[in-house]
Amino acid sequence: MTTTLYAGLSLKPEYYEEANACSADGLWFEVHPENYMVAGGPRLAWLETIRARHPISLHGVALSLAADADPDASHLQRLAQLVERFEPTLVSEHLAWSTWRGAYHPDLLPFPRTTQALIRIAANIGRAQDILRRPIAIENPSHYLHIEGHEFGEIEFLTELARRTGCSLLLDVNNVYVSANNMGFDAQSYLAAFPAALITEIHLAGHTADPALGAALLIDSHDAPVDAAVWALYESVIARIGPRPTLIERDGNLPAFGELLSERERANSTLTVPALLAA
Amino acid sequence: MQPPSATPALRAFQDGFAQALIAPDARARVTPELAALRDQPGFAVYRNTVMKGCIDALQANYPAVERLVGAQWLRAAAALYVRAELPSHPTLFDYGAGFAQFLRTFAPAAELPYLAGVARLDRFWTEAHIARDEPPLPPAALAQQDLEQAVLQPHAAARWAWFDELPIFTIWQRNRDATFDHNAAPEIVWRGEGALITRPGGAVQSVGLDAGGCALLDACAAGRSLADAAQAALSANARVDLAQLMATLLNAGAFADLQRDANE
Repeated sequence: MTTTLYAGLSLKPEYYEEANACSADGLWFEVHPENYMVAGGPRLAWLETIRARHPISLHGVALSLAADADPDASHLQRLAQLVERFEPTLVSEHLAWSTWRGAYHPDLLPFPRTTQALIRIAANIGRAQDILRRPIAIENPSHYLHIEGHEFGEIEFLTELARRTGCSLLLDVNNVYVSANNMGFDAQSYLAAFPAALITEIHLAGHTADPALGAALLIDSHDAPVDAAVWALYESVIARIGPRPTLIERDGNLPAFGELLSERERANSTLTVPALLAA
Repeated sequence: MQPPSATPALRAFQDGFAQALIAPDARARVTPELAALRDQPGFAVYRNTVMKGCIDALQANYPAVERLVGAQWLRAAAALYVRAELPSHPTLFDYGAGFAQFLRTFAPAAELPYLAGVARLDRFWTEAHIARDEPPLPPAALAQQDLEQAVLQPHAAARWAWFDELPIFTIWQRNRDATFDHNAAPEIVWRGEGALITRPGGAVQSVGLDAGGCALLDACAAGRSLADAAQAALSANARVDLAQLMATLLNAGAFADLQRDANE
């Protein structure tokens, strides 16, 4: 990686004009590659325009690496074409599954973290990295279910995947906060144990309380500003590990572009102030 | 590193989980392990996210249908479609290829005979939007050459259809545009209409087409010479003005590259 990335924003079509015109220092954008897996047309043209001015990151949501099946060959091929064409600074995916027996379930689904799953997922990550010809970062998902049969803790599992495949890790701090709340563990302890050297990107996003159950069940909805508690966790992570490219994710209930830029500015100052002090 | 040849535990987990996500009956009989997951409040988060993702995609992909029936009706119909046909791939902007066909036999849509046709044009718009890039045949190309035996290939983004009895194109056009003022518009004439959807520059556009125009494009797509295609146009509509029709098609960017010899 030759570019130093500080804070970036997820890019929705609604923001193309403003995103393209924005000259904020060091701004980068992250997109879901699935939205650009088209034969041609204006979508690709828009992304070309953005890419000419800003670094981009491809954040996949559908490679289904945790399925007990090989990654879909045509999907992987299309991802490889996007990687080749847009030369993203970062490429990432999730520790989850979504495609199963030919049907795509648009979510990041959980599984028991067993040795068997570890072997399968390591093989799938290896396959993806071979086709993409670069390492990818794997993101910790949000959890909503107590699953019987885990043989590994999540950090142990992610660390072992990185050791076996050379992948790096994408730490989603909001997912940690949501999961800690839902599963009943301590977010600070989890973050303190997360292996700093493997983290190549951080995600921040908003969450919402379940309409029926309230705060007992938080949902990683990406449709609200980053929560104050998540900001606090993030600042302590950066204080511990130093700056990492950090993304403000927003997928729904889209605010004015300026509001996202303000959140991005807050992350940027968290990242750059310690660097300035150290210099 | 090779995965084990048979890994039933993870596979069984995913079979059960995927089935429980979509099963309409939450009390369906499942294994005790799966029941322990399904009965937790958190399972509904996955179930709702999957359904919402699919329904949102159909709502986004069929805007004219939504404007005709309202969001609530559309989402209720979409939920039934999702249960019958989950996305086969993760590019959700492309989801719902069979939605027009679904609406054709959907009993609650029986009083809206134009709905399936409108859905078909919404689908054409999507297909045109994501089709591969290629330069359209410029209108000037036609004047310069003797084209009688040429085969004109329809452009990769071109989609067209003739609707025998209903003014589908007018209804679609008025409802595709969310800002269209129905009160200021002239009365709809209830007769057959055709439509051509293309993407000549960066943007998708549409134009009305008569039965002759649709027949001509059908013949071109089948690889027949322009002379044959013109004959097909006249057979479909004896009063077709071929010069005017060709001008309309070329201005819309309906054709791609030119192959000179139809007999090869």
